[in-house]
Amino acid sequence: MVPLSYYLILSAVIFTIGVLGVLIRRNLIVLLMSIELMLNAVNLTFIAFSRFLGSTGGQVMVFFVMAVAAAEAVIGLAIIIAVFRHRQTLDPQAMQLLKW
Amino acid sequence: MTGSEILFFILAGLLAIAALLVVFQRNVVHCAMALVAALFLIAILFLTLQAPMVGVLQILVYAGAIMVLFLFVIMFLNPTTLEARHGLWRRFGAIMALLLAGALVAVTTNDNPPADPVAATELFGSPEALAQSLFTEFVLPFEIASVLLLVAMVGAVVLGKRER
Repeated sequence: MVPLSYYLILSAVIFTIGVLGVLIRRNLIVLLMSIELMLNAVNLTFIAFSRFLGSTGGQVMVFFVMAVAAAEAVIGLAIIIAVFRHRQTLDPQAMQLLKW
Repeated sequence: MTGSEILFFILAGLLAIAALLVVFQRNVVHCAMALVAALFLIAILFLTLQAPMVGVLQILVYAGAIMVLFLFVIMFLNPTTLEARHGLWRRFGAIMALLLAGALVAVTTNDNPPADPVAATELFGSPEALAQSLFTEFVLPFEIASVLLLVAMVGAVVLGKRER
């Protein structure tokens, strides 16, 4: 049996790669994909803990994370399409009208 | 090293490669394909953790529905210009990510997690057990999630509508 800490480290690494994507990429769609990656890393933690603590709660929580992730992807992509119509670009740097 | 450990390390290595490809490839479609691979690998990891129901849903909902949505938007917008590279900011981002990775690994290995897994019963992770939990203990969050999905649906339609 693989120890719990292996799963936690793997999920920490995947989460960090997602954070890295959000930090360095300049493409809104890839930004959203990196966020999906981070959500999946957290899901992996939930499932690992649910297995090692023998509780179903973690797996149910993953359902809710999936529902929220689906809603987030839908709204995020709709906003991206709306912004792209006005600016013709996916660069988040081009959208700083409200920046002080 | 046991068989399950070897399987874990193979899956973990492939998953890390797929995640890095998501972040470092320049073509958005290639990024999406790498993300599909990563989601499949995570689904297989779910299977090894005795969560078959969640694994199947992961493939159906994530690798199926959400990724189709992503690809649809990529094809719809068809962004032709590749993004510009910013050297200094990339280095800063890499340093911050390394710090975060160090902190996360330190935190997760610091505590003494339960070494011996609880003997999982036959029902563990089955649709029956999940439904039992979902419709008794978590029934209020379940209803709230349905409202959230409705709001997201209406919001997407309103946002996507061409204004006149």
